[in-house]
Amino acid sequence: MRHILAKSLAPTDSIREYMAAQEKKSLLRFLTCGSVDDGKSTLIGRLLSDTKQIFEDQLAALERDSRKHGTTGDDIDFALLVDGLEAEREQGITIDVAYRFFATPKRKFIVADTPGHEQYTRNMATGASTADLAIVLIDARQGVLRQTRRHSIIASLLGIRHIVLAVNKIDLVGFDHGVFDRIVEDYRQFSQELGFQTVMPIPMSARYGDNVTGRSDKTKWYSGPTLIEHLENVSVDEAAAELPFRFPVQYVNRPNLDFRGFAGTIASGTVAQGDEVVVAKSGKSSRVRRIVAHGGDLSQAVAGQAITLVLDDEVEVSRGNMLVSPAARPQVADQFAANIVWFDEHALLPGRSYILRTETDQTSATVTDLKYRVNVNDFAHEAAKSLEMNEVGICNISTRSPIAFDTFGENRTTGAFILIDRITNATVGAGMILHSLRRAENIHWQSLDVGKHGRSDLKNQRPAVFWFTGLSGSGKSTIANLFEKKLFASGRHTYILDGDNVRHGLNRDLGFTDADRVENIRRVAEVARLMADAGLIVIVSFISPFSAERRMARELMADGEFIEVFVDTPFEECARRDPKGLYARALNGEIKNFTGVDSPYEAPEKPEIHLETLGKSAEEMVEALELWLNERDIAEDQYDNGGGI
Amino acid sequence: MNIALTHLQRLEAESIHIFREVAAAFSKPVMLYSVGKDSSVLMHLAMKAFYPAKPPFPFLHVDTTWKFREMITFRDQMAQKLGFDLLVHVNEDGVRDNINPFDHGSNTHTHVMKTVALRQALDKYGFDAAFGGARRDEEKSRAKERIFSFRNAQHAWDPKNQRPEMWKIFNTRIAAGESIRVFPLSNWTELDIWQYILQENIPIVPLYFAKERPVVERDGMLILKDDERMQLRPGETVENRLVRFRTLGCYPLTGAIESDADTLEAIVGEMLTARTSERQGRLIDRDEAGSMEKKKREGYF
Repeated sequence: MRHILAKSLAPTDSIREYMAAQEKKSLLRFLTCGSVDDGKSTLIGRLLSDTKQIFEDQLAALERDSRKHGTTGDDIDFALLVDGLEAEREQGITIDVAYRFFATPKRKFIVADTPGHEQYTRNMATGASTADLAIVLIDARQGVLRQTRRHSIIASLLGIRHIVLAVNKIDLVGFDHGVFDRIVEDYRQFSQELGFQTVMPIPMSARYGDNVTGRSDKTKWYSGPTLIEHLENVSVDEAAAELPFRFPVQYVNRPNLDFRGFAGTIASGTVAQGDEVVVAKSGKSSRVRRIVAHGGDLSQAVAGQAITLVLDDEVEVSRGNMLVSPAARPQVADQFAANIVWFDEHALLPGRSYILRTETDQTSATVTDLKYRVNVNDFAHEAAKSLEMNEVGICNISTRSPIAFDTFGENRTTGAFILIDRITNATVGAGMILHSLRRAENIHWQSLDVGKHGRSDLKNQRPAVFWFTGLSGSGKSTIANLFEKKLFASGRHTYILDGDNVRHGLNRDLGFTDADRVENIRRVAEVARLMADAGLIVIVSFISPFSAERRMARELMADGEFIEVFVDTPFEECARRDPKGLYARALNGEIKNFTGVDSPYEAPEKPEIHLETLGKSAEEMVEALELWLNERDIAEDQYDNGGGI
Repeated sequence: MNIALTHLQRLEAESIHIFREVAAAFSKPVMLYSVGKDSSVLMHLAMKAFYPAKPPFPFLHVDTTWKFREMITFRDQMAQKLGFDLLVHVNEDGVRDNINPFDHGSNTHTHVMKTVALRQALDKYGFDAAFGGARRDEEKSRAKERIFSFRNAQHAWDPKNQRPEMWKIFNTRIAAGESIRVFPLSNWTELDIWQYILQENIPIVPLYFAKERPVVERDGMLILKDDERMQLRPGETVENRLVRFRTLGCYPLTGAIESDADTLEAIVGEMLTARTSERQGRLIDRDEAGSMEKKKREGYF
């Protein structure tokens, strides 16, 4: 229908002309979203079919599949065209986002078909993150549903400003104008706060094609554009080129001593040879000597281009830093507030340490404060101690080292980040930065004259943190107590941080939920670090059930200073000993969130010291610890001749 | 200054960004070089991404020993011309057992000589990231795959549990033994590839251009008799026909199309009127429903 046939063209020149015309077309990236069974995949199948993007062999396969798995009787089931995974075809649902490509004489399109099920929200967010427009489908019989709202909120948070409200299956409500108007009004009311620039409601039947590519004669009351007309004409220009220059450095290209180029993709603005640029994190400035490209240097470059810059001076720049316009600089801070969309089945816990990644930078980060969770139905701000999978919330975030950023509202590229689980490496959340926190700018690290080595040398020892982890009743406190007595007797300066004791004071405000357990460990780890800094040998005796927090504690200490001691006593033996009578009560259901019963214990995989206690005495355990400590000190003395630093 | 980037400029920039991200974040990347048109584009983009340096990774060709002879000649010419580090891996177990597409069928042949061979090569060199030229418009299960696609230590893909992939922020973290397959051409279409080849004047294997070639009609496909290993079945004859290839793989499994398109412009012209998809010429995709997904889960590219 819309295809130019090559046969009508004389070979070479016309093809060149045709290609030149192709090149001038703009690109629109959009997604289809909405609740399950609202017809998203069917709509894409219809768009591909009506714009003649389906080849004969694909159509034949589709007809075969429709007979086998189809849900549309004798008709072709277009959903099978995009549901490309076997599990999807068997279950008749969409699990992951599919990307499809089509073009009309006016525009090229990349469409992300995203799943409607709540459990696959992360895949919908994946499709939305690179889109400029969202088609929100609504089943005319159902109206605005919970998933319609959730997807609209996520689209808005991810920076989408243009919505097509596709009121689908209009044929099933008799092409009724009143139904259409009511749904449109509902959606307008709900979406007022979401900051969309355009919301275009269109009544349609994806299955029969009404108002998709051709105007329907059954909706005479509708005078707006068809879907394809709207997609061809809507203006979504982000004008990234007009924003201040931002160049996140991705890769330092150093083939030889004479060339040092900074490679990356311009996030916003433009750059020209001779321009002054500033290194965001250090504030040092330089000038652009060359914009290097294969096939000849460029005189200037613009947002979206992947280039290599050579600067006039030998300034210190590495991956993760940013070259920016001197007139309008990004923020550089280690504390900021952000919207978070959570993807993982393990909830976001304040205090837990995650890997934070921007486009090119990486550091570790913790959520210091979960301010509230957003209810997807009514936008209510609800107090929350954790963010569960598919929930959205506003958090304060603290990073180990400062990052350079803009707010997401100002710049979709430099204002975004993802969070990664330290253990599983899963992408667990997406963040959009709202603003930096003032306190980060005003509190500077006070540098002190007496150092850790001075303090510990005075005590004739090396600082250490022995971190005892194990089930309740495994023998941690008994062994720790005996260990400290021995150390004390040999003239060492020590301190025990005991789980129960600390909960009477510093951590008396914390309970036993996962979120509180994480905060419990964070505080103790910080205290242990201060004590090690004071030169002490610290013995921490905490159940500390999660490997993520033990890793966080390890990373707080200097290299070699953290010694993880796994007090390994089988659950059955701990429950049999039950020194405090807690297991009996937990197994009766009288105590909730008890480690090993209804709350998990993640055993260390590579502890420095592994104490298997069964059939052994506390004395034997302590001998093993002393041996380890002596060996370490002897080993260190060989490398360190007493200089202290 | 011309602010708006063209469609191909945007695709090119995205691909270059992906190349650099892998070079920066992984310790031992490799580019899978299959010698076809997509590989040619991929190689061209890799040269651009790291200019004036050479790509900081080797190129690996998994040779099934059944590739068209012209592909091997072209491969060696390109390696010499561009000066990249070319590794060739053959599954010697398969050679010893004489695994071939005629006696063992396309399924077994592809599994042993391609999928298993690839896993052997990745393990042998310990690569932690591997570039491939797959595009999302090629096939339904590819349309579902991430640009940075995670593989466990057994090289398997779990399509039901892919990592979210937000913006251009790629999660490049893996544990020891795990790896990532990376697809810089994910968002390119077949037409984009040809337009780019034309625009950039990228060399491609001559088999893509129409020429009189000796072919046999078999199972509804035109198979080129590339060497003496191809035995004729009763009733089959070798005829010289004017043909070209839209896609290249093992010669006994790749169908030619009748065509007189002998220039890039003519190929693009032909593409615009094509009524079948390029993978129609691939026997291996038709073996069974969902066959590409199954192969991918086992480690095929």
